[in-house]
Amino acid sequence: MELYKLTAHELKAKLDNGEASCVDIVNAVFEHIKNTDDKVGGFVTQTKQHALNKAKDIDKRIKAKEKLSPIAGIPIAVKDNMCTKGTVTTCSSRILENYIPPYNATVVEKIEEAGAIMIGKTNMDEFAMGSSTENSAFKVTKNPWDLETVPGGSSGGSAAVVSANETILALGSDTGGSIRQPAAFCGVVGLKPTYGRVSRYGLIAFASSLDQIGPLTKDVTDCATLLGVISGDDEKDSTSINAPVPDYRKLLVNNVKGTKIGVVKELMGKGISEGVKKAVKEAIKKLESLGASVEEVSMPTFEYGVPTYYLLATAEASSNLARYDGVKYGHRSSSRQDILTMYNETRREGFGPEVKRRIMLGTYALSAGYYDAYYLKAQKVRTLIKNDFDKAFIRFDVLISPTTPTVAFKVGEKVDDPLSMYLSDIATIPVNLAGIPAISVPCGFSDNMPIGLQIIGKAFDEATILRVAYTYEQNTEWHKSKVKLTAA
Amino acid sequence: MDYETVIGLEIHAQLLTESKIFCGCSTKFGDPPNTNICPVCTGQPGALPVLNKKAVDFAIKTALALNCRKIEGISIFARKNYFYPDLPKNYQISQYELPLAEHGYLEVTVAGTRKKISIKRVHLEEDAGKLVHKGASGIRGADHSNVDLNRTGVPLMEIVSEPDIRSPEEARIYMEELRRILVYLGVCDGNMEEGSLRCDANISLRPVGSKGLGVKTEVKNMNSFRAIQHALNSEMKRQKEVLDEGGKIVQETRLYNDETNDTVSMRSKEEAHDYRYFPEPDLVPLEIDRAWAEEIGKTIGEMPVKKRERYLKEFGLPEHDVSVILADRELAAFFEESVRLLNKPKAISNWVIGDISAHLNEKKIAISKANITPEQLVELIKLIENGTISGKLAKDVLAKVLDTGKNVNDIVSESGLTQISDEGEIVRIVKDVIKANPKPVADYRSGKQTASAFLVGQIMKATKGRANPDIVNKLLKQELAQ
Repeated sequence: MELYKLTAHELKAKLDNGEASCVDIVNAVFEHIKNTDDKVGGFVTQTKQHALNKAKDIDKRIKAKEKLSPIAGIPIAVKDNMCTKGTVTTCSSRILENYIPPYNATVVEKIEEAGAIMIGKTNMDEFAMGSSTENSAFKVTKNPWDLETVPGGSSGGSAAVVSANETILALGSDTGGSIRQPAAFCGVVGLKPTYGRVSRYGLIAFASSLDQIGPLTKDVTDCATLLGVISGDDEKDSTSINAPVPDYRKLLVNNVKGTKIGVVKELMGKGISEGVKKAVKEAIKKLESLGASVEEVSMPTFEYGVPTYYLLATAEASSNLARYDGVKYGHRSSSRQDILTMYNETRREGFGPEVKRRIMLGTYALSAGYYDAYYLKAQKVRTLIKNDFDKAFIRFDVLISPTTPTVAFKVGEKVDDPLSMYLSDIATIPVNLAGIPAISVPCGFSDNMPIGLQIIGKAFDEATILRVAYTYEQNTEWHKSKVKLTAA
Repeated sequence: MDYETVIGLEIHAQLLTESKIFCGCSTKFGDPPNTNICPVCTGQPGALPVLNKKAVDFAIKTALALNCRKIEGISIFARKNYFYPDLPKNYQISQYELPLAEHGYLEVTVAGTRKKISIKRVHLEEDAGKLVHKGASGIRGADHSNVDLNRTGVPLMEIVSEPDIRSPEEARIYMEELRRILVYLGVCDGNMEEGSLRCDANISLRPVGSKGLGVKTEVKNMNSFRAIQHALNSEMKRQKEVLDEGGKIVQETRLYNDETNDTVSMRSKEEAHDYRYFPEPDLVPLEIDRAWAEEIGKTIGEMPVKKRERYLKEFGLPEHDVSVILADRELAAFFEESVRLLNKPKAISNWVIGDISAHLNEKKIAISKANITPEQLVELIKLIENGTISGKLAKDVLAKVLDTGKNVNDIVSESGLTQISDEGEIVRIVKDVIKANPKPVADYRSGKQTASAFLVGQIMKATKGRANPDIVNKLLKQELAQ
């Protein structure tokens, strides 16, 4: 049995009954990374020594019959926008190429505490700005299902390494779909929690009011487990929320009888590819056959999601990224005859084109004379979108849509057409604007590429979307389809 | 033409909290560079601010003392975006729309008349760090500049007045009164030279009788009360000259130079920053409810203005006494407690602003750290009033109390300092002195009245100052007359 191919809950069973040791698992995973990551390019940093040391420690603790968490000893990959003390954290940007954080993000503390074994940091679109991971300053990550296509983004590295079995678990972050879209493209499970559910402390900010960390996993069970580990109030993040964290794993039951599902009308029509539509319709039929009640629901404000998002997210980003100036850390240009030159050259050399584009957009949206027309108007539309969801959730327990309008596109296909790239997040963005949770689970294939089903829930009701996703997964075979990596 | 001067002041006060406004770092002044820093106040990627409750308490306290009508409710933090190397995030977390408090006033006395200056807003923000330029005085032309982030994130409170001030002198008086309040509340140390209290002013002129506002300039870099008055006087004159010559005032920021007593243009309106304020997404709205405001209100007590009135009217104290006592909140509390124990305000005031204040100044300590309690001071005054010790002796006793912390009665009885009022005993001494000093006695008797002073001195010397001076005088006169 190849250990790296298993899920966390399967490995946990093997660790518990002594069939495998953590060191075995870690070695198996790194052996597989060695054979695979040249093609996939999911990692920007590997932390093998740290992983092996930690694995030995966990093995000792297992031997000592210590009671350990369900992810103790399980390899995990971390998106490279979460601060890891002593381990370089780049955001896939030149400007942070050599940045070693002096502290750990709260989520990193939590997974470390739970005994998970961080095996490396994953590639991403620079500062999480992008939907294909092509905006990384270092390398392009490939979709393991077809190495000529993108893995999605911005958490493309995390999704690709889960899909390619280069890790067991992964963490990503989702600002407008950056967990769910790559999960859909790579045929894995990805969940964006409710805003405030998971601490953002130590997550390098793109758009503070939208960013949220979440799990990328091989199945729904692992997703529920990892979500439970990283959730909870954090005194270091004023926007994290003090709400009880249920035992998500326990609430996973194979049952959707009576669950009221709303299918988002606007996301089942124009702009959605036929293959995707067909798979999602079949998934809906499946859920109906399992006892769920299904009805169409109109979300009239959905079409404003993308423009609203690109005003708010870029406005926040223009301010969040101001700190990269060459003064305190990160890249500093060698042109520095005066302070303004140092700022300008440092940022010119340090940021890629998409990041610059968004900083300019956001700066413009906040400028005197434009603020009311752009930023403020966008905030109002955001409220309307949230109202649409609130209204829908009076009638429905969950809403369903495709995660993405199409399956993964080819590398290079959209790099020169940002608008078309932005539209690949049309189904995911409204969820971030409303601050509510959503999960993407595999629901079929089109042109041999995976399709994702998005299940959206009420704020802090991750348990329900997990249950629906779990029930769907238990009654379908999609999650068992595995990548067969062939030489590129 | 005759002009009316219109001034509004913007005050920044560093708050006396132990830790910074958005992290747990110490606010201590004068530590080695970059020792009181952490991921949050150095703007590390991913670090997030968490609001210090104490800073909010202090701002509420100030807002209450400044009679703000809007304190309860929501206020929000905002980012003020600009690049400067002393600002690690390249934005300052401040407040913009919806400040912590609004619509207050401060009462001042100008030329004997009471006047209310309206307060527009009170809000919280974070301080920036400090740059030390090498090779030049400013960042321009410097060989390099060192950045010290110890001060970054120290809480600042901004207090903005309406343009209600009508003269440079009035501006200085407003600032003095505001400083008194801040120090009295214990929210700011009020040190203008070290920059813990800073002041910028907007000033414009308009024809007397006109209701509209003229074009204003902003004057910066006024680091003392004196500088405020001088800078605004200088700017007022400059504007008048420009207007008299038919010129127009240019809206700009001007920097005051203390040495030349002049203001020079720093940047024009066109060069002014666009700060691109927007709500700080890393902090949630701050909600102050009635209970919170009331709880803080209880810690304020009576404000200096009200106290002043009461001291003047009820206690009948002179202006000078009131000013000295009210300059120090603890001293005022000490005074009031003493008066509560013994209703002799003037006698108590004399001691408090005299020997006790002198001692505090010499030792550079607060009354709470001195070896004296209201009970002990009152005991001392009672001993004088009932004739047990003389006023002169009392000064020595008080000095011993302050030095040793022993109680008044112990010091008096230990050192046998009790006043001698027994006439029989004094008469004996008077007689001895007369016998021993025939010449002054003869002088006195031949009409030289001043000779008696010498004799009194001899008597006091013989009694180590313990003889009751009234009785000595009376008995000496009697004896010499015989």
